[in-house]
Amino acid sequence: MARVLINLPARAKRGEIIEIKTLIAHPMETGYRLGPTGAAIPRDIINRFLCTYNGEEVFRAALFPAIAANPFITFFTVATESGEIVFSWTDDHGETQTEVRQITVE
Amino acid sequence: MDERSPDPPTRRLVLFTAAGLGLAPFAPPAAATPAAMDEAIRMLVGKATVKRGRVKLELPPIVENGNTVPLTVTVDSPMSETDHVTGIHVFNEKNPQPYVAAFDLGPRAGKAVVSTRIRLADSQQVVAIARLSDGSFWSDSADVIVTLAACAEG
Repeated sequence: MARVLINLPARAKRGEIIEIKTLIAHPMETGYRLGPTGAAIPRDIINRFLCTYNGEEVFRAALFPAIAANPFITFFTVATESGEIVFSWTDDHGETQTEVRQITVE
Repeated sequence: MDERSPDPPTRRLVLFTAAGLGLAPFAPPAAATPAAMDEAIRMLVGKATVKRGRVKLELPPIVENGNTVPLTVTVDSPMSETDHVTGIHVFNEKNPQPYVAAFDLGPRAGKAVVSTRIRLADSQQVVAIARLSDGSFWSDSADVIVTLAACAEG
């Protein structure tokens, strides 16, 4: 499991716009680099990122090899109610890593 | 000299071959061009016209390391149910592929601001296009000078 950093406020006022910062450790191998033998290193990137708030999708990203290693994505969402914010990253092999964070909305 | 004898490798051929062998490990197998970028944008917007404005693409004008370039796209939008940004797309001219990233958002975002870090293979223009809920497209572009290109040491 790759290391993940997620930064979001633990508490927010109802209707407040909160910033969410996410980072996942991943080489984001482009498929264009050549290895020591001269053969291209196979592509291995995270190509999808999804964020849901209590089951409802609030943000989604499609990533290409032009995204730097250890993809860092920052976005905003409205704090509507207390609950779970779920983050998931999917790589070229179809493997998904999911992280859950709680938020309390007053 | 007998003209029918097989030609020995000419000096020019030897030089070209040497140059080719020397350069091959660094040459990218494919490279996007401004035309490829225009085509990718056309695929996204279809026949709609892309207007300039409402979008702000922030990139450093000079980058030392093309492997990680901070990028922020801000779209001027109230992000209400009836008037919001549905997507933000980022393109480049000279990386191997014209697409950089596509972000889907909606009224739940509150603010149409997205940041990430990208790779740039060369000094080039980067374009951000926002699709709004009324079907219109808005864009902004930024020119970046890259000192150390991404993938160069690969």
